Amino acid sequence: MSGAVDTGVAIRTNRVTRTFIYLFLLLFALFYLLPLAVMLINSVKPLSEITGGNMMALPNVWTFEPWREAWSSAQIGVQPTGLRPYFINSILIVVPAVAISTIMGALNGYVLTKWRFRGDTILFGMLLFSCFIPFQIVLIPMARVLGMIGLAGSVPGLILVHVVYGLGFTTLYFRNYYSAFPTELVRAAQIDGAGFFRIFYRILLPLSGPIIVVTIIWQFTNIWNDFLFGSSFAGQASQPMTVALNNLVQSSTGVKAYNVHFAGAILAALPTLIVYIVSGRFFVRGLMAGSVKG
Amino acid sequence: MARPVQSDLRTRLQEWIPKIVLAPSVASMLIFVYGFIVFTGYLSFTNSRILPSFDLVGWHNYWRLFQLPTWTIAVQNLAIFASLYIAICIAIGLTLAIFLDQKIRGEGMLRPIFLYPMALSFIVTGTAWKWLLDPGIGIEHTLHLWGWESFHFGWIKSSSMAIYTVVIAAVWQSSGFVMAMFLAGLRGIDNEILKAAQMDGASNWNLYRRIIIPQLRPAFLSAFVILAHLAVKSYDLVIALTGGGPGRATELPATFMYSYTFTRNEMGVGAASAVIMLMTIAAIMIPYLYAELKEPK
Repeated sequence: MSGAVDTGVAIRTNRVTRTFIYLFLLLFALFYLLPLAVMLINSVKPLSEITGGNMMALPNVWTFEPWREAWSSAQIGVQPTGLRPYFINSILIVVPAVAISTIMGALNGYVLTKWRFRGDTILFGMLLFSCFIPFQIVLIPMARVLGMIGLAGSVPGLILVHVVYGLGFTTLYFRNYYSAFPTELVRAAQIDGAGFFRIFYRILLPLSGPIIVVTIIWQFTNIWNDFLFGSSFAGQASQPMTVALNNLVQSSTGVKAYNVHFAGAILAALPTLIVYIVSGRFFVRGLMAGSVKG
Repeated sequence: MARPVQSDLRTRLQEWIPKIVLAPSVASMLIFVYGFIVFTGYLSFTNSRILPSFDLVGWHNYWRLFQLPTWTIAVQNLAIFASLYIAICIAIGLTLAIFLDQKIRGEGMLRPIFLYPMALSFIVTGTAWKWLLDPGIGIEHTLHLWGWESFHFGWIKSSSMAIYTVVIAAVWQSSGFVMAMFLAGLRGIDNEILKAAQMDGASNWNLYRRIIIPQLRPAFLSAFVILAHLAVKSYDLVIALTGGGPGRATELPATFMYSYTFTRNEMGVGAASAVIMLMTIAAIMIPYLYAELKEPK
């Protein structure tokens, strides 16, 4: 009766129930889409149409001026620089932090599954717990240490912070992925004389594509969206995008340019949204792997 | 003659390489995580104000913390926020997952729509909802323009209701993710058992209540743990949505810690509040992680 591939639960539902289910799902789709849609519509309206008009109405006059302003001339803090320099800061922070934490996580996962030693589970448990600590507990000493090593208020300082507190998750991903990988293959290569790094490059790495993508997406999203570390440790010149956006939106001087705020918010959301649209499948896998073992 | 010695050295080196590779991560974890926890723990027993001080004052900061009305508000807010956030996310997530699992047309379209908020920064979410919930320009204003003059929704401006607006925005952001967790759980259930139960004449309602939902226990547990720890850590969303206001009405432990440590120069009290946050999370996470790691592979 049913096809060869039977995914969902074969519940018998009547027409009324199904209509209700569809309505319910569509209603929630609207709920999730509403804030983004409102921001998009209102980011291409002149300010007069927002304050006097209906937020759901399409613009009478289409304008991309708010986008230009958010990007290159809006007042952030004291400088009328727009969000561009902060967007660049975020990229300068995210790219090295993601690369370093992913590489270290891959090697850690490899050691913890294929070169096991006494006490490795305890070490991993400690590393895992460090993913979930409230970062408030490290803010005070971290500020001191960054000052002591001369990285306070700098981009390299933020890279260090993100690498250190990202290692738990990257290690978790690779450890779970590699634990399903046959250890016999590693032992056989060892008997043939292959060393630690050769086994990693030749045997494990070529098969690690999916988990590398999952890890990169996870780290990219988390670091790009970070606000606490950025607002605690960045200087005026090294602020990431989220902190700059918050400054733009919360600034109390002058008229609130809502259309510019929305354009700025979308600019801040764009990189992670694009990653999500392009690779949603891996994004979901990453979220799941971060919550459930395996 | 020299050969065995050399190969012996090589194997011994090979034995050390894994530990050398792991060493930087272990060292950074011991310093930046556990060392820092000890440091902050120590500070919580000192009279640190604007800068760390090492003069011990016993439990004074903890005692003071629980005397502060702001901390009481923050803890009460966290209790309200966390319980509603967890309960509503699980209710919405489970319902959406069960409905999506009914061989829905367009599932491939709906799933990403439910899930995309999770990719956004809380600052973006806060910016959007701050405006939607603002009675002067947002939803209330729009409904007035559409003719529903009596509609009133000013929670974000009211000190007794503002914390619930934080719940709304946080649920918007996270419920799709909970849906994905439950959907994965549902897809992992063996269809044969369900068919057998249907054969025996079980109603849909009983099928879910007696067979399917009990089998989702691991998903419930994971969802609870993840949401609980996100709730305790919530900081960005409050900053962007209400800034802790109106007044101190939406203060949470995370915002309390930040303002006492860095703007009110009461570092000892700030450290004590951070320790209490850590203890709360540890009470949830350690049993969970222990159970997860203990299970045989």
